[in-house]
Amino acid sequence: MKHLLSIDDLSTDEIAQLFETAADMHDVQSREVKKLPALRGRTVVNMFFEDSTRTRSSFEIAGKWLSADVINVSAKGSSTSKGESLRDTVLTVCAMGVDGLVIRHPASGAALQVSEWVDASVVNAGDGMHEHPTQALLDAYTLQRHLGSLEGRHVAIIGDLTHSRVFRSNVQCLTKLGARVTVVAPPTLMPSGIGPWSAAAGFETSYDVDAVLPEADAVMMLRVQRERMSGAFFPSPREYTVGYGLTRNRLALLKPDVPICHPGPMNRGLEIAADAADAAQSVVLEQVSSGLAIRMAVLYHLLAGEEA
Amino acid sequence: MSLVITGASLLGERTGDLYVDDAGRLVDEAPAGAETIDADGLVALPGLVDLHTHLREPGREDAETVLTGSQAAALGGYTAILAMANTSPVTDTAEAATRVWELGREAGLVHVQPVGAVTRGLGGEELAELGLMHRSRAGVTVFSDDGRCVHDARVMRRALEYVKAFGGVVSQHSQDPSLAGPTACCHEGELSGRLGLPGWPGIAEEVIVARDVMLARHTGSRVHVAHVSTAGSVEVLRWAKAQAKEDGHWDVTAEVTPHHLLLTTDLLSGYDPTFKVNPPLRPQEDVDALRAALADGTIDAVATDHAPHARHDKEHAFVDAAFGMVGLETALGVVRTALPDLSWSDVARVMSVTPARIAGLAEQGRPLAPGSPAHVVLVDPAASVTVDRDASASLSRNNPWHGRGLTSRVVHTVYAGRVTVRDGDLT
Repeated sequence: MKHLLSIDDLSTDEIAQLFETAADMHDVQSREVKKLPALRGRTVVNMFFEDSTRTRSSFEIAGKWLSADVINVSAKGSSTSKGESLRDTVLTVCAMGVDGLVIRHPASGAALQVSEWVDASVVNAGDGMHEHPTQALLDAYTLQRHLGSLEGRHVAIIGDLTHSRVFRSNVQCLTKLGARVTVVAPPTLMPSGIGPWSAAAGFETSYDVDAVLPEADAVMMLRVQRERMSGAFFPSPREYTVGYGLTRNRLALLKPDVPICHPGPMNRGLEIAADAADAAQSVVLEQVSSGLAIRMAVLYHLLAGEEA
Repeated sequence: MSLVITGASLLGERTGDLYVDDAGRLVDEAPAGAETIDADGLVALPGLVDLHTHLREPGREDAETVLTGSQAAALGGYTAILAMANTSPVTDTAEAATRVWELGREAGLVHVQPVGAVTRGLGGEELAELGLMHRSRAGVTVFSDDGRCVHDARVMRRALEYVKAFGGVVSQHSQDPSLAGPTACCHEGELSGRLGLPGWPGIAEEVIVARDVMLARHTGSRVHVAHVSTAGSVEVLRWAKAQAKEDGHWDVTAEVTPHHLLLTTDLLSGYDPTFKVNPPLRPQEDVDALRAALADGTIDAVATDHAPHARHDKEHAFVDAAFGMVGLETALGVVRTALPDLSWSDVARVMSVTPARIAGLAEQGRPLAPGSPAHVVLVDPAASVTVDRDASASLSRNNPWHGRGLTSRVVHTVYAGRVTVRDGDLT
């Protein structure tokens, strides 16, 4: 594995290996001394072209616990606004001797393009509306810890699918692991061509949250940005909540102990009610610690090399 | 310099010789002391006319100049090109138009005909000085805000009305900005959904085409639809052309680019900005409809939309990279490859005769007969060429055809009796 750009790059065996490593890394988190020497002498650059707190810190801590030298480069607006091409920007940074480049970019496909220009291993930490593979891995890893094998289990993904890289990575990852996936959104927040796509990729679509929730073995809520109203995607936050939010009433539709995920940051009261976010079956905070373990596993597999 | 072209297959129909006198006209007897070009096995067509070229001068001479664009055009078999107005400064005054026209004359390889902007600064609000551009030495008759749509219906209506006074035509870049905004860059469909790229739905083109043909009918004017890209637009055009023919007092014409005749949306799956173009590459169903429409005359002309860009303007993330691809040198080969059954006289119709008529270029697209100006291209119909982007006269390398095989090859180009390309090289 040279890069991690898309869930599509991973075989089920590779996913299983990553999860195995992540479980080991998870144990490390509970130790008093958390540092492993695995990536000593390796340099990881977090290059973030858009704001992010949780993903950037997660990669930073993951790299540091593996003893890599981690440098954060906030590249927001730095390339096009100064007239420098993306290629020049990343080549400049990589010329400093970088082993791993963790990249977050507002444009879909940016991580793939960058991987074709640089020698370093590239990790896609979110490219536009396209993919966020480590998020999908940590989500599936978290769900496996609760449900065991995901084979045949039914996962509902609910929210703004059109603009969501979390959805695009998750639907691939979960179907790869044998889960049955139903995605739910109003028609205006479903990606174009989802009909033929879902048929080819083997997942289901629905406009009806109340019909899907009682059958779900896990629920994954996606963030809905209030700004979307300006694009006439839905009439009002209130109407969205009534139609598609995980409200207190809908919580009662779920089978007992069904895990509730959210990639964060949550819009409490919009797509998820406080009762759901803070419910005993909510795994939102566990996702964060799983995220560290998964990112440690990814960096380890990409950078530790044969001798490790 | 007089010229004798022997043994050419004229429009692929009959073998004959062409004689060119010192004044650069076709004549009916061989002039004494003329240079001879052996055109045995080659097809002779009237020099090609491109309704849609971006030359980047003034403003971005690092991407293309009038000279290098003219060279690329000559290599592609062209003897006239229309230079789009979206330069810096914009061609929205008589002075700017005249400057481009003069640069074209200095280069002397093809007729460079400036296109004037419809609105000042391509701003979409106030009309540019259409009449003054027409009265200038450049004699502008085609107006376009290409790159942007004249989306305000009132402004489009006024422009169509105004150009009637001097037989002008408005060439529209059909893109409703509320349905396909500035970031829209991938045909809206399954692939844009999967890739997470902002969708550019066919409907954003079709609603403008439909509106504009109604405006042309209402104003009794002429509208030309630039780079038609969807089957839906073809349906509207088919209806509109029948209506215009019946009514007689208005007209609609349309062009298609070579790339929309051969390349499809799926090329975007690797996020390579070489394939980023506006309007975007469409699915095969649209490509099929465009080919059929070109063959049956619903689409009048092939126009390159040659859009050179400096390398660094394409080395951004896909959404941020510049729109456009070069196309002057490959257009004929692409048309032959996409529509191998199109007769040579039909090739001449869609790449020379009709575009010359649309642009009002009386000296271009003439029959290969005595009295016509000697604008001739000689094509090897059997040749197969592998495109090499580095072997281009264009200053830019955003070439989607690199490495592809194309049918037929431009061997010689004659512009006003002067050989501009001999054996595939600039003279």
